[in-house]
Formats: sequence, structure tokens, C-alpha cells
Amino acid sequence: MAEEGGLVIDPMHQFQIVPLGGGDHIGLFTVTNQTLWLGIAVLVITLLLLVGTARRSIIPGRLQSIGELLYTFIHDMVEEVTGHDGAKFFPYLMVLFTFIVTSNLLGLIPGSFAPTSHIAVTAVLAAMVFLTVTLVGFYRKGLGFLGMFWVSSAPLVLRPVLALIELISYFVRPLSHSIRLGGNIMAGHAVMKVFAGFAGVMGVASVVPIAAIAAIYGLELLVAVVQAYVFTILTCVYLRDAVGEAHH
Amino acid sequence: MATTEAAAEAGHSAGMPQLNFETWPNQIFWLLVTLVIVWFVVAKIAMPRIGGVLAERKGTIGKDLAAAEELKAKAKAAEGAYTAALESARAEAAKIIAATKADIAKTLAAATAEADAKIEAKSAESEKRIAEIRAGAEAAVAEVARDTAGALVSALGGQADAGAIEAAVSARLKG
Repeated sequence: MAEEGGLVIDPMHQFQIVPLGGGDHIGLFTVTNQTLWLGIAVLVITLLLLVGTARRSIIPGRLQSIGELLYTFIHDMVEEVTGHDGAKFFPYLMVLFTFIVTSNLLGLIPGSFAPTSHIAVTAVLAAMVFLTVTLVGFYRKGLGFLGMFWVSSAPLVLRPVLALIELISYFVRPLSHSIRLGGNIMAGHAVMKVFAGFAGVMGVASVVPIAAIAAIYGLELLVAVVQAYVFTILTCVYLRDAVGEAHH
Repeated sequence: MATTEAAAEAGHSAGMPQLNFETWPNQIFWLLVTLVIVWFVVAKIAMPRIGGVLAERKGTIGKDLAAAEELKAKAKAAEGAYTAALESARAEAAKIIAATKADIAKTLAAATAEADAKIEAKSAESEKRIAEIRAGAEAAVAEVARDTAGALVSALGGQADAGAIEAAVSARLKG
């Protein structure tokens, strides 16, 4: 940047997907920087959950404790939010949370890449949730699943209007679900990059943006976990519509 | 670093890389591969394992608690048995003490009665002897007095009248 002179900040550059083997053509199977970090996430999850629990000790070690904590945390969330009928979705939610939280946290390593900052990734995750909820809902309740759009507690005149609103909100769910996660991660990383750009040209005064980066980094650690949590608990809430008894 | 990346970037459309839809099929493909692997690792292997460990731990803790409860009950029973044994031993001892006391009292009463009877007999005999002795002594005193009186009378030159002396001595002795 220095040779171009002046303040040139390109915070979106870090999200660029580039092939690891060089060149700039990205085919379906091209191994990219994103593929690399997806692989690293798989490795970390394997290390944490398989190697850590390999001894199956009654008195857990550190890694096994983390695995157990994760397990009971998601288990309680599913039980509480989705209800007892949702218990069979526990593995699904466990996979979702584990993958998202690992990707988010790995993305905070300087120089790394966060797959969850890409809408393509979060959109697939959200679309999977949307499809699951819709299919399970119709499978479990048949046409009765449509009853969730018919707010029987409202006055009769209002019900068609409310049904329309409910229907629209139902189809907006995957959009908000995916953009909430992707947008949060992307915005955090972009803000840090902007401050880093300032730090490069401010001389001694750079301590200010560097301190800001440190503060935002702490915040981003929180956001990484909270957004994974939010994504998972929203999935639980949506699943309750499909399997739960009562609605609203 | 800036130059190579800038060159790479130049090939792509400007703006957000997230909205570069050319990369989407690639991203989605690798994401699905990743999710399948994570599914196997997490749902097929790790979760049954962790669930098993948690259930086993719960079972172990429950078993330990039950065992502790049982041991506690046993200790309580043992304490009860000990207390009961102590209590019965105490009662036994008290009974023995009471019996012995009664026995001793009976023996003592018998011995006392016997001793009393003996003492009674002895003192009766003694009294008899004392009475005899006293009677003997009185007789002896009368005899001596008579003899002395007779001797005195004869010493004074008189003729001792046995009947008079006898009467005088008897009168004196009574007086």
C-alpha cells in the first residue's frame, strides 16, 4: 500500500477467495484458501471431540471437559427450546453449533480466513434449516402445519392479513438467519482491517487504532460465540414450529 | 504482499467478494464436503461416546451414592445393635446386683438371727450363773458372818448361842 501513497484501505480484500495452487480460475473442485480453513476446522473439531474423548474417562481431562460442556450445553438448549420432541434433532444442532463456532473462532486468528463470513456458506446452512423445518413440519403435521400461519387467537377479520404477514416472515427467515451470521462476522473483520489501515499511516499516533483493534478483537471473540449460539437457538425455535404442540 | 494481491484482485469483479457468485459453487461444494465429515465426526462418533461417558458417570455416581446410603444404614444398624447389647448387659448386671444383694441380705438376716439366739442363750445362762454365784456368795457371807459373830462372842468371853447369832445375822443381812 505504501508505494501507492496515502490512505488506501481495502477491508474487503481479506474475504477474497483465491486458489491455493495459484492462478485465478476457481472451478467446482478448486482448493482455495476457504477450503484450507474448512479443513482446519474439521481437524480442530476432530482433535477436540475425538482425540479429546478417546479415553472415555469417568473423570474427564481438559479436552474431554470441553467436549462434554459442548454436549450438555446444546443438549439443554434443544430440550428447553424445542421440547422433548426435538431431541432427535440434537445431533443436527450439535453439528451446526460445533462447525459455526469453530469457524468463527478460527477466523479470528490473524491472517486466517473465516468461512462463515461468506454468505454462500451461511446461506447453505440457513437453507438447510429452512428445508428441514418445512419438510419435518409437513411430515409431522400434514396440512395442519399451515395452521401456524392462521393465528386463531386474533379477531377473524385480521386473520387473513396476519396469515399473509406470517407467511412472508416465514420465507424471510432463511434470509435473516444467514445474513445475521455472515454479516456479523464480515463486519467485525472489516472494521478491524479498517483500523489496521489507519495504524499503517498514522505514525506514533497509531497506538489509538491499535488499542481499538485490541478492544474490537475482544468484542469479536464474544460475537464469534454469540452468533454461533444465536444461529443454533434460532434453529431450535424454528424446529419447535415443526415438532412442537402449541404455537405462539 | 500488496502488489501480488492487488494483481489477483484485479482479475475479479470489484466490490464484495461475498457477492462474487462465480465462487459460490466451489464454496458450496467444499462446505457440503466439510459438513458431511463434521457430521461423521460429531454425530456418529463423538456424540455417542460423550453421551455414553455422561450416562456412565451418572450411573457410577448413583451407584456410589446408593452404596454410601447402604453403608450408612449398616452403620446405623450396627450402632443400634451395640446400644441394645449395652442396654441388655446393663440390665443383666443390675439384675445380678439385685439378686446378690437380696442373697446377702437373706444370709445376713439368718446369721443375725442365729447370733441373736446364741447371744440370748448365752446371756440367759450367764444370768443363771450370776444368780447362782450371788446366791452362793450370800450364803457364804451369812456363814462368814455367823462364824465371825460366834468367834467374837466367844472372844468376848460369852457363850455363843447359835440360835441368837443366826437370827441376828439374818436380820443384819436383810437390813
